[in-house]
Amino acid sequence: MVVTTSQGRQTSAAPSSPQTASMSDPLAIELRGISKAFGPVQANKDISISVRKGTIHGIIGENGAGKSTLMSILYGFYKADSGTVLINGQEVQITSSQAAINAGIGMVFQHFKLVENFTVLENVILGAEEGALLKPSLGKARKLLQQLSDEYELSVDPDALVENLSVGHQQRVEILKALYRQADILILDEPTGVLTPAEADHLFRILQGLKEQGKTIILITHKLREIMDVTDSVSVMRRGEMTDTVKTSETSPEALAELMVGRKVLLEVEKTPAAPGTPILEVENLTVVDAQGVIRVKGIDLQVRAGEILGIAGVAGNGQTELLEVLGGYQVGTGVIRMNGEELDLTGNASDGQSRREKGIGHVPEDRHDEGLILEFSAWENIMFGYHHDPEYQKNGLIMDTAKIKQIAYDKMERFDTRPLNEKLPAKSFSGGNQQKIVLAREIERNPDLLLIGQPTRGVDIGAIEFIHQQIVALRDQGKAILLVSVELDEILSLSDRIAVMFDGKIMGERLPAETDERELGMLMAGINNGADAAQSGDA
Amino acid sequence: MQAMPKWADAILIPFISLLLAFILSGLMIMAIGKDPVVAVQTMVQGAFGSTNGLGYTLYYTTNFIFTGLAIAVAYQARLFNIGGEGQVMLGGVGVALVCLAIDWPHWAIALPAAMIGGAVFGAAWAFIPAYLQAKRGSHIVITTMMFNFIASAFVGYLLINFLKVPGSMSTESAGFPDGAHLPNFHDMLAPFGIEFSANSPANIAFLIALLAAVGFWVLIWKTRLGFEIRSFGASETAAKYAGINPVRITIIAMLISGALCGLMAINNVMGEAERLIDNAPEGAGFIGIAVALMGRNHPIGIVLAALLFGFLVQGGAELNLWESIPRELVMVIQGLVILFTGALDNMVRRPLEKLFLALRKAKEA
Repeated sequence: MVVTTSQGRQTSAAPSSPQTASMSDPLAIELRGISKAFGPVQANKDISISVRKGTIHGIIGENGAGKSTLMSILYGFYKADSGTVLINGQEVQITSSQAAINAGIGMVFQHFKLVENFTVLENVILGAEEGALLKPSLGKARKLLQQLSDEYELSVDPDALVENLSVGHQQRVEILKALYRQADILILDEPTGVLTPAEADHLFRILQGLKEQGKTIILITHKLREIMDVTDSVSVMRRGEMTDTVKTSETSPEALAELMVGRKVLLEVEKTPAAPGTPILEVENLTVVDAQGVIRVKGIDLQVRAGEILGIAGVAGNGQTELLEVLGGYQVGTGVIRMNGEELDLTGNASDGQSRREKGIGHVPEDRHDEGLILEFSAWENIMFGYHHDPEYQKNGLIMDTAKIKQIAYDKMERFDTRPLNEKLPAKSFSGGNQQKIVLAREIERNPDLLLIGQPTRGVDIGAIEFIHQQIVALRDQGKAILLVSVELDEILSLSDRIAVMFDGKIMGERLPAETDERELGMLMAGINNGADAAQSGDA
Repeated sequence: MQAMPKWADAILIPFISLLLAFILSGLMIMAIGKDPVVAVQTMVQGAFGSTNGLGYTLYYTTNFIFTGLAIAVAYQARLFNIGGEGQVMLGGVGVALVCLAIDWPHWAIALPAAMIGGAVFGAAWAFIPAYLQAKRGSHIVITTMMFNFIASAFVGYLLINFLKVPGSMSTESAGFPDGAHLPNFHDMLAPFGIEFSANSPANIAFLIALLAAVGFWVLIWKTRLGFEIRSFGASETAAKYAGINPVRITIIAMLISGALCGLMAINNVMGEAERLIDNAPEGAGFIGIAVALMGRNHPIGIVLAALLFGFLVQGGAELNLWESIPRELVMVIQGLVILFTGALDNMVRRPLEKLFLALRKAKEA
């Protein structure tokens, strides 16, 4: 619909093609030859896109491909080194986010920019108040919110505090904020990363509704399924360049994946059948109550044996996080957990993370930014993080052997193909996939008997996903036990040897991957168990 | 990608900030009808022009190195220790009790004992807020600040009721025995044939302060404990994941901080006054905050910042003495330096970053 495939393929020729298109079709956004460099890194190289009014345009690419930089230029956070931006056919200078808002652009960030202890209404008008008194603005916003919620299924309680809303609702507040500022063009950056499948479907219905009202939507994502489901056209980015722009109806997930990484990728994980051995981890009647007094895990039983991957499926927030935290030694629990037959201390003594590691439990946490890494610290410091008591890292009882740690870190990073291969760079300067490789290198290279791994590929690009999956399977093949928690059903289905589904702090059932499908698992994830087994199936 | 080279961040920004503070100070001096050039001359002459002046400057510098390091060590764990003043006061009590306990035969024996006394008392005073923060969540800024007032009243009470020489009118303890007299710069430099004023208070504590700065560096960047302190400071959630006990780190970081404050007493109480007097720290605990801030929580920066504040205090006193510039204005000048080097960092940083980016672009083009 936007740029024909044959034109788009030659990126160099792209600047001329949108121009011809603009003669006949009304374009909402047109970018011509946008380039942006950060020091020696060319984040965007001569990028041209045109997006027709009233369409959903997807931008897909691996992490670090330059998608977010491009959108930040469009939203006035960065200034492009060269190139022009046209909105509705008019050339505009977007020097600040205010200028972007004035040009009718609204942005929904991956990490919401909301004031948690304000109400929905207050958040919506924040920064767009009119006059000295709040009341008229609030009244106007309330009316508009009502209207929007009727029109687009955008229902949110205007008087609810944002901190009490689910993530899906918080995202709606972000969309409402943009619409309140009369945005005609809505940019969404990785909007479904935090949503449940049902919430994501709801979001897409909202987007469809907005599109029918003539709004233009740009969807940035690395999930192929979303691109195929909701977009009209899609641009693929790789290493700062626009590889192609195609009509969604004329392409396939495989073709897009290949364009993204520049080679064919295996979306299926190659692995041999598991040969499970003795139980490594045994959990009996585990209950976790969080600091607010909410029961997060309700007396679950499970077992992970040597040489198998137990996948825990479930919508985020159904007790998986707390399960990992108790196993990792920094959350209080009651019940019994045995590791290699030895009972673990569940009193949640915070320093017990140390003894967990000594007992052979490795842990790749769900949130690598807040838990798995210290972003300001160098890669080598992150590689010793949690294992800094290891005698191998000490020069003597007092001083650490930093030169040796750096060398060890470099070797580990090399074996995990971390790029750039520089152990002195701070963790924050690596892409998501490479950050995850640093965490994996740290945990897997310790050769743990049990690896806890949460959301191994969240925010990780396709090339790295393949590598990470291979490493997990390789560890299993060495006879190690692996407890995998993921909200990605594809990942659970392709990696696990057994699948347990968690819902509301309980295990709804266990299935073998070969004998189940997404539909059945989806029912279990929603708390519906049609099977004959009891809600607590225990070990298989 | 760094916008600026490291040297610009570490040297150029503080230098420009300082320059701006001095320009503004100069304008204020002009506004009260004095000559800023003469004022600068008086300050520099007073602080560095004679060994006597230099001795005072280094004496103040010593105080500020101790308190600057103390505040920085707590800050590495993201704890704001506002209670340096009180911890120095209690350190003074510890030093005084040790010095008055026996008739010390030689300073070389008295000094280590006094250091332990000062450090233990300072650390003990920091322990209570640290425990309340770690176990009860009481905010450490509030508790340490309150503990300054308690310390002041407590030391006054001790002086009046227990330590004061009976019959004396002044609230001060008895003088320390001769064996607790620390060698000053005059004594230390005489064997090398260097003349140094015998009346200036700079003493061997200065060298202890420099050693403390080296120890700080080793602790923070070379030891497991330092790594745990920095990790906890950078991300509490990550520290918990790694099995670092937040209660333990909070308490240990504050104990070290309090001990460093307490150590300052070997300079002002043992080295200079040679008795315990009321309000001995003279604000050093607070200036330590500015020193740590300006020194970027790094020992080299802290030593340099401490020297600057030592200069400002000594030079400011001379300004007051010779130029009849009121003490209050001298304090305003010190305040401006803190404001520009600490609080207004970004005012200089942002344009400078832009300048460096533009320069780099011009070079590439």
